[in-house]
Amino acid sequence: MKYKSQAVAKPYFIAAIGLFLAQVIFGIILGIQYVVGDFLFPEIPFNVARMVHTNTLIVWLLMGFMGAAYYLIPEESERELYTPWLALVMFWIFLIAAALTVIGYLAVPYARLAEMTGNDILPTMGREFLEQPTITKVGIVIVALAFLFNIGMTVLKGRKTVVSLVMLIGLVGLAFFFLFSFYNPTNLVLDKFYWWWVVHLWVEGVWELIMGAMLAFVLIKTTGVDREVVEKWLYIIIAMALITGIIGTGHHFYWIGPPEYWQWWGSIFSALEPLPFFMMTVFAFNMVNQRRRNHPNKAAVLWALGTAVLAFLGAGVWGFLHTLAPVNYYTHGSQITAAHGHLAFYGAYVLINITMISYAMPLLNGREANSMRSQVLEMWAFWLMSISMVFITLFLTAAGILQIFLQRYTETPLPFMVVQEKVALFYWLRVISGLVFLGGLGTYIASFFVAARDAKYPQPIEIGKVQPSPAAV
Amino acid sequence: MAQVFTKSMARNIFYGGSVFFILLFLALTLDTSFALPERDQRHQLDLSTEVGQRIARGKELWETNNCIGCHTLLGEGAYFAPELGNIYTRFGNNKEAIKAFIQSRPAMGIPGRRSMPQFNFSDEELDAIAEFLKYSSEINTAGWPPNIQG
Ligand code: HEM
Ligand code: HEM
Ligand SMILES: [Fe+2]
Repeated sequence: MKYKSQAVAKPYFIAAIGLFLAQVIFGIILGIQYVVGDFLFPEIPFNVARMVHTNTLIVWLLMGFMGAAYYLIPEESERELYTPWLALVMFWIFLIAAALTVIGYLAVPYARLAEMTGNDILPTMGREFLEQPTITKVGIVIVALAFLFNIGMTVLKGRKTVVSLVMLIGLVGLAFFFLFSFYNPTNLVLDKFYWWWVVHLWVEGVWELIMGAMLAFVLIKTTGVDREVVEKWLYIIIAMALITGIIGTGHHFYWIGPPEYWQWWGSIFSALEPLPFFMMTVFAFNMVNQRRRNHPNKAAVLWALGTAVLAFLGAGVWGFLHTLAPVNYYTHGSQITAAHGHLAFYGAYVLINITMISYAMPLLNGREANSMRSQVLEMWAFWLMSISMVFITLFLTAAGILQIFLQRYTETPLPFMVVQEKVALFYWLRVISGLVFLGGLGTYIASFFVAARDAKYPQPIEIGKVQPSPAAV
Repeated sequence: MAQVFTKSMARNIFYGGSVFFILLFLALTLDTSFALPERDQRHQLDLSTEVGQRIARGKELWETNNCIGCHTLLGEGAYFAPELGNIYTRFGNNKEAIKAFIQSRPAMGIPGRRSMPQFNFSDEELDAIAEFLKYSSEINTAGWPPNIQG
């Protein structure tokens, strides 16, 4: 850590991991409800658990992005953060708003929550991923504005690098597209059309810029490769992301009312969307192969390479699988969608956040890297979580193929609920994989405590292993 | 990457490409908004009619009870419970059947099975929801879903 104010990133990272744990626990509740339908019913109905699962996901990813920005922007700008205290105040506002919202979901019926929070004044609730009460959404906008002001001023007053610029464009885009969550007309087609301007233009648009910037930053730091090379890659990756991803939004407009020509625009452009993800994979492996230094934080490099590979698998391969209109006609809104959603979110945005956290946390704690014991735990966590997530994806894909065949493809299509029972075996297997995932996350959390203990009571054996740290890049 | 391909070329592709495709996207969006009135049943939404008011109220109830948290609507939402974009046709173009189904869900669930909560809607609320689902089923969705099962 070069600048004192980078320390504000730490609470963001800690809260992010805490919310991640909550997310996964609720994921397992959902998984059980899939096979034991009355599990926790009527106390926690499926839709409530699902809101907690997806909203904690989004909030912790946003926390991670903010923490990452507060960490990397001062370092790139070569100056302290413009107003460090504001970042801390916003942290608490964001965390408390998120906690109150989740408590609201769990404590009162959703309709009551809508009433209590004045949803009828400006109705925005009750749409997938955007279930937050309108006042929570307003809170998110306020936090985002204060955050953008803070890092924007830091960039303006300091050194301007491609990494910080791309990060900033991505974050401004994130805040901008969130504004469409306030547009909720009675016209269902318009509602859905612009809903995707939040959801798709986030994950297949501006978030890719944020991800690219974070990946580039960690790779510059851990490999020591020349900035010029990294920046050229970064530009071309994000160029491909937006060139394919913006019109690629069309892959959501096939069956919700807009004209049929979107089947062409959406299919052609979204079929190219795997390209930027593929380039990120090539980029990451190239940089690590051409490294000029061996950074002692091996775990961070593993997370970075894992991000590049699994983002390509989840977003690129599993995205391509169902993106062409004639295929999507059958797969739309099936377990295939869920399979893709899981591996894409995990591979791209969960892993990029953990990559950043894994790189920055030791530095925020005053050491270049954690003890080897702690890093080995992190590597276990990586493999446990990643392999179990790949299995979750495979089981859901199997369930999805059967579902589509039985419910949508055969001559004698069966009702939804009948089909669900026929594919229950795969839902059971998914729950088992989910428990392994939870174990992996537990291992990851444990690695922080082991790192802290090893830093306090250094193990003599390890001194020999500590690598001299070359001047930071 | 070869040296002939410079960083400033990459930067220009990024800015030029993004601006171009944002403009193209906006143009397509504009064209779509001209085409939608023919497809999205907006004439039903007129708030000066009783049907229009019922649909608006129905959508509000759909949202404030988070139905999308279990069901899909036109293929979007959760995958825990059946598609409802075509429930009106699946139930034989019968709003009363939809109302009766929602009304009859057991408050304490069904042992071991997935069950819909009992929302205790009034008759007027049930009417509104059924009207909203009827309207949804009449949107031109380019022939989706593949069959009546959704
Ligand atoms: C990291 C990037 C990505 C993430 C996080 C992501 C996530 C998701 C999620 C969560 C959904 C479900 C949305 C819903 O609930 O309705 C979805 C749908 C979809 N995604 Fe992605 N996605 C990513 C990239 C891609 C890419 C690159 C492609 C294409 C190559 C793609 C193709 C699709 C398609 C076609 C659907 C619609 C599925 C349906 O019709 O049900 N995605 N994505
Ligand atoms: C590890 C155990 C997990 C289990 C058992 C689990 C289970 C589930 C279930 C049952 C759903 C609801 C599907 C439906 O609507 O019918 C869901 C939705 C979702 N989960 Fe998970 N989940 C887990 C972990 C995760 C993780 C780690 C992520 C993020 C990377 C994630 C991201 C999502 C997303 C984005 C959705 C919405 C999907 C969509 O709309 O297509 N889940 N999850
Ligand atoms: Fe998309």
